[in-house]
Amino acid sequence: MNMEAVISGMKLYEGTVGKTYIVRSVLVDEKITRRLEALGVNEMTPLVLMNKKGSGTVIIKIRGTRLALGRRIAEGIDITEGTER
Amino acid sequence: MSEKEKIVKSERPITVGFVGNPNCGKTTLFNAFTGAKLKVANWPGVTVERVEGETSYQGRQIKVIDLPGIYSLSSYSIEEKVSRKCIEDGEVDVIINVVDASSLERNLYLTLQLLELKKPVILALNMMDIVEERGMEIDLHRLPEMLGNIPVVPVSARKRTGLDVLMHAVVHHYEEEPQGVVVRYSNELETIIEKVEIVLRARYGEMDNMRWHAIKMMEYDEEVENDHPVDLTNIIDKNYEKQIINEKYDYIEEVIQECLFHKNAKAAFTDKIDTWLTHRVWGVPIFLGIMALVFFLTFTVGDFLKGYFEAGLDAFSAVVLNAMQSAHVWDWLISLVVDGIIAGVGGILTFLPNIFILFLALAFLEDSGYMSRVAYVMNEIMGMVGLSGKAFLPMLLGFGCTVPAVMATRALESEKDRRRTILITPFMSCSARLPIYVLFAEIFFPDKALVVAYSLYLIGLAVAILVALVVQKLSEEESGNALLIELPEYKVPNARTVAIYVWDKVKDYLSKAGTTIFIATIILWFVLNSNFQGLTTDVSTSFGAMLGHALVPILKPAGLGSWQIAVALISGLSAKEVVVSSFAVLYEISNINSEAGMGTLMQSLAAQGFGAVNAYALMIFCLLYSPCIAAVATIKRETHSIKWTAGMLAFQMILAWVGAVLVYQIGSLIF
Repeated sequence: MNMEAVISGMKLYEGTVGKTYIVRSVLVDEKITRRLEALGVNEMTPLVLMNKKGSGTVIIKIRGTRLALGRRIAEGIDITEGTER
Repeated sequence: MSEKEKIVKSERPITVGFVGNPNCGKTTLFNAFTGAKLKVANWPGVTVERVEGETSYQGRQIKVIDLPGIYSLSSYSIEEKVSRKCIEDGEVDVIINVVDASSLERNLYLTLQLLELKKPVILALNMMDIVEERGMEIDLHRLPEMLGNIPVVPVSARKRTGLDVLMHAVVHHYEEEPQGVVVRYSNELETIIEKVEIVLRARYGEMDNMRWHAIKMMEYDEEVENDHPVDLTNIIDKNYEKQIINEKYDYIEEVIQECLFHKNAKAAFTDKIDTWLTHRVWGVPIFLGIMALVFFLTFTVGDFLKGYFEAGLDAFSAVVLNAMQSAHVWDWLISLVVDGIIAGVGGILTFLPNIFILFLALAFLEDSGYMSRVAYVMNEIMGMVGLSGKAFLPMLLGFGCTVPAVMATRALESEKDRRRTILITPFMSCSARLPIYVLFAEIFFPDKALVVAYSLYLIGLAVAILVALVVQKLSEEESGNALLIELPEYKVPNARTVAIYVWDKVKDYLSKAGTTIFIATIILWFVLNSNFQGLTTDVSTSFGAMLGHALVPILKPAGLGSWQIAVALISGLSAKEVVVSSFAVLYEISNINSEAGMGTLMQSLAAQGFGAVNAYALMIFCLLYSPCIAAVATIKRETHSIKWTAGMLAFQMILAWVGAVLVYQIGSLIF
């Protein structure tokens, strides 16, 4: 991991719409975290932030699937800029 | 196996379970095989219950079970529990793992879990037509190799291709388990799996799916731990679920790399539409606009078609009256048939065009892929009342009918959210309330009927949100917004799917007219035409009048102080349409939805001092008061609580009364 990636780390809802990011960590309640992971939202997986609202609700595209996530979930997903793992 | 055993075995029906992610086409496939007409639509979570059907192939009986969609074999939600129980109880001989081939990467996760179960699995690669349209290719030779050599069959449930091949695979491979170990985990995990297997074997002997049990133990899976209690604290030092999931996905990436080509050649169609429909500012206005359009079409197109139904009803009524009179049938029987049954049931049938258009529009919405987007769009508004946007989906279904809407709340994760959603869903104006709005809006607000009716839909929505808000304030829960829903690709609604959906609703409406409304109308006629002395022609001395009079003092402040209205409202508990048929029977109007019928009703009501403000109060009361018996029974079943259901009914009755009183009192001051 290079230093730039660490510096540009942020919460999912802080990302810019249309950009590709890499999932750094997923930390919500145990249940939701497992569910997200089963859906393919795992560490080091690239995702595209498709849409977001001021409240923190986002739409992402990950592994070819579009997911809508509420703020509480979007808060628990840390991302960094980049396209490759 | 002896010859006899072989014959017995080969005659036994094969049980097939459809397992797969939500919205991957299991029910479409189930319908294609069994000829059933179950509802399908393009949003995750349409199927919430298991359904069984039958088919046969080459003379072999096959029992098919359609299960709710699941993303994994854990047991977090009701759907997962239902599906997992069915698979694990050994009820199915073979699992058909239905996979959305256009979204292979995510779908394969469940596949890998199913393979670990060591049960016969056949992979049905559904939506192959979409894969081809998008210029993607799947290596059908390599894919089964990487999945334990299970049969892989490309199908299109929608276009009904590949179905025979799939059944052929069932009949010939239903006893074949996946070969070898499909996913090899890292050394760290494999060492633990091995150790757990040794302990399990020592305690419980050999099991077919030993590896699966070991893996589930490492995921701290409650059900496996309860079924096979064993002390593993020395071997399993933490929950390995995260690592297991991640390593499964690592394997999936290998599979995708080797088997899927032109992965990125995707149509940008859905993304383009979404820039508008999920726009952060325009999303909500567009949704309200779409709903306004739905109701506009329901009223205008429905009314256009209505004329033909009325003419038909008039003619039918005249023929029956003539025939009965010329046959010198008793007068009371003529009255029962003509003023009771034909007026009550026939009056309801004339609203069929409106109902038809409403459900046609809802079918389009549901099958297009827009439903999930509504959850995203409404997430903030629902968030204010402590619910996620997903809770809005049952509410949206409530515009059709409260019964399936209440069932759909099963897709919500927490029991508290479910109950709160069930509490507010009846405030969404169902199709049965449509005839009430159509009739009274057109009689008393002839120029603004459409606006008046739409206002009731919006008021219902607003009341629902306010009630949810109050409940949330009272419970003082913290409201984390944990919306999590998949947004499927948009598609052009399928004619067959829409036809099944609409026909099902029209059939429901007709059978309701033939059963509930028919019986309610007959009972009503007797209640209105009899008293302690027997049959009477003077309704004002009937049982109905006595009952109605008793309620007049309560309803008077709401502008509904006539015994006839009281009787109509009580009758409406059987089905909301009965409010309308009651007015037809009460005022002996043969064709209530026609211009003449409306005129007669207006004059009769006006004679009692009932005007536009009273009419609006009546509509508000009908919007808010207790839903029909069928809906109440469903709510009781889904909440498992008579107390809660009774509390809800009391609350709705009081709310309806308060709402109608406010409208009438304030309205009377202004107008």
